[in-house]
Amino acid sequence: MVRERIIRYLLLLVAFSALGSLALITLFIFKEGLPLIVKVGLWRFIFGSDWSPSRGSFGILSMIIGSLWVTTGALIFGVPLGVTVAIFTTEFAPPALTAAVRPLVQLLAGIPSVIYGFVGLTVLVPGIQRYLGGPGPSALAGAMVLAIMILPTIVSISEDSIRAVPREYRDGALALGATQWQTIWRVVVPAARSGIMTSVILGMGRAIGETMAVIMVVGNALAIPFSPLQSVTTLTSNIGLEMAYATGDHRRALFATGVVLFVIIMALSMSASAMSRRSTRR
Amino acid sequence: MAGSTSVEPFAGLLAERYRAEHPQSPPINVQGGGSSAGIQAAQSGSAEIGMSSRWLKEEERGLETILIAWDAIAIIVHPSNPLSDLTLNQVGEIFAGRIENWASLGGSDRPITVVTREEGSGTRGAFEELVMGGERITPAALRQDSNGAVRVIVAGDPGAIGYISLGIVDERVKPLSIEGVSPSQETVASEAYGLVRPFLFLVRGEPQGLAKDFIDYVLSPSGQEILEEEGLVRVE
Amino acid sequence: MSAKTSQRVAKTLSWVAGLSTLLLLFFLLFYVLWRGLPVLNLHFLLSNPESMGRSGGIFPTIVGTAALTLVAIVIAVPAGVGTAIYLTEYTQESTLTRLIRFGTDSLAGVPSIIFGLFGFVFFVITLKMSWSILAGGLTLAMMILPTVVRTSEEAIRAVPHDLRQASFALGATRWQMVTTVVLPGALPGIVTGIVLGIGRSIGETAAVILTAGSSLGLPTSLLSPVRTMAVHFYILAREGISDQAAWGTGAVLVVAVLLVNVVINWLIGRMVVRR
Repeated sequence: MVRERIIRYLLLLVAFSALGSLALITLFIFKEGLPLIVKVGLWRFIFGSDWSPSRGSFGILSMIIGSLWVTTGALIFGVPLGVTVAIFTTEFAPPALTAAVRPLVQLLAGIPSVIYGFVGLTVLVPGIQRYLGGPGPSALAGAMVLAIMILPTIVSISEDSIRAVPREYRDGALALGATQWQTIWRVVVPAARSGIMTSVILGMGRAIGETMAVIMVVGNALAIPFSPLQSVTTLTSNIGLEMAYATGDHRRALFATGVVLFVIIMALSMSASAMSRRSTRR
Repeated sequence: MAGSTSVEPFAGLLAERYRAEHPQSPPINVQGGGSSAGIQAAQSGSAEIGMSSRWLKEEERGLETILIAWDAIAIIVHPSNPLSDLTLNQVGEIFAGRIENWASLGGSDRPITVVTREEGSGTRGAFEELVMGGERITPAALRQDSNGAVRVIVAGDPGAIGYISLGIVDERVKPLSIEGVSPSQETVASEAYGLVRPFLFLVRGEPQGLAKDFIDYVLSPSGQEILEEEGLVRVE
Repeated sequence: MSAKTSQRVAKTLSWVAGLSTLLLLFFLLFYVLWRGLPVLNLHFLLSNPESMGRSGGIFPTIVGTAALTLVAIVIAVPAGVGTAIYLTEYTQESTLTRLIRFGTDSLAGVPSIIFGLFGFVFFVITLKMSWSILAGGLTLAMMILPTVVRTSEEAIRAVPHDLRQASFALGATRWQMVTTVVLPGALPGIVTGIVLGIGRSIGETAAVILTAGSSLGLPTSLLSPVRTMAVHFYILAREGISDQAAWGTGAVLVVAVLLVNVVINWLIGRMVVRR
């Protein structure tokens, strides 16, 4: 019985490993980054448009806007495609195809981000330069690469929530004479709404947080962009780009950028779990 | 060893050759991180040899600096670019963002894509010092974090201009001559080409053991020959 | 648009979306393999890189990847499976379990660059591990922990309840019941989590480059810096050192990912059959 009790306490201890890791990460990122935010001032750090660490100027507005551009773009391409694929596999595809699509979409999630980045650099970037104009490395290239990368998240979670819609809903609508599509669009999708929203939020989190693929295709220019064909820097790509060389306040400023990123991600995580709690309650 | 990513590929190659000639020697770890990190690493002792592509600043003294080679910074453009010569002043105007189209330099009508290194890079530091004279590089410039990455972008964009280590220049890009002098080992050695910077090894106190052997190897005629083959200029 | 037309249009569109996604995936795989497979041979896999990877092979990066993955798995699996056992067998739904779940879910959403920054200040600098297998492995362990927890928990919950009752009826203690009934029953699911973790470790770049470094030598101890395949691919590709060697490395990565996925699907297939 003593042994049982020891095991119970050991397991309890171990069960805190994830929460403990999260706390440790929060502590250290804030410890490294917060002093600089305090020194510069939160407002000037976030809304300052000039980033010149060697001149002591730390404003990350252009990176926030860059992240917004690529993330929004990724959602514009990725969400309609992902949700449609989810509708396809749950409603329209023959069962054999559904069984094949699921693992294949998951395979997309397993491909390393650097591979997406390099394929983007060798295929997308020259294509954009030639057919659409601009330097090639651009917000558009970043958005397209990210759209593919968030597809597995959107497809699998939307699929789960569409599958979870009770059979009777569909039967009811069909019995009233609705076509299959009317049933899906008016009944199934609205019923699966919060699950689909969760998938969008999680996909958004993944897009904002991605680093290596983005670094390779966005060009990392600091000017605030006004066209998707222009090069942008994102919060993550700037950290990845400059971390190797940064010292002193410059390094602290990159950690401070990490703090901003971390806060955004935590806000998204929390709204995603609130959203999925709502969907399970229903 | 840790430090400048400009020196890193050359140091890595030297370490490979050194190990090939001394198979019994322990491995030499060559790590990037940047000139500033290399200087810090040598000061703190976390690396036995630091690598830097710029001279030490006043507050960084206290290290032995060993000049291993000279490197030129080449201004590169896409091979299809008809221009082959710019003045130092024109390069500065381009990178400051005041000249935005190749047409105003007598080239084809095409917007200029400026490609630069990220802040903290030794190559950027040297470029700013030698070309920009205290002026800012335009925020519209694409930023890349290595010589190689700059080369990839310039090689892929007919309107691009960038600057990289002469040793990294290959057939994918075209180096411009500056003030009529093209960058080469001869023009660097004769001091005709102006955009030149040192490659340094940094050690704390007298180097010993493996570090000493390796440094001696790098400074020996065969070590210097390797660096020369790779496009650097030997030290006298 | 009449109901019939909209039905037809919607159906067509959904087929187009589904098939184009598959096409995209096949294009990606074929593109990488087409450019990389011709480079692959035993020499490439088993020899040291020369001239920073311009020629020669990728052996040290394979060793580095394996070492880092091993450290990550050795740490994350006991922690993750332990968490799952605690959540399912040793406690009821409560504020505590909700807190633990919140931690796991949130950790899963943390971007890899943040793990990299953290691993760099905590393991590399504060704990003085320097850029090393250990620092990189520990960082990866934290990254894959949520995956291991989730898949294990799901698998453990799927073990039928009456088996547990039967075990208790035979006088087993809770821990005996866990080791003799729950864990064997949940094994395929737990292994799926492990394999997923391996897949993620192999492909990770941002966190690894900041914690394990990018040194090309063969590691000699847990405290040696290493360059993983993904980092090697990134450096070769990004710096244009050698597109050939880059695609070769990329092909090895993709083949590894394919293998991981085949194993997972086989395991999931087994689980479904057993249920």
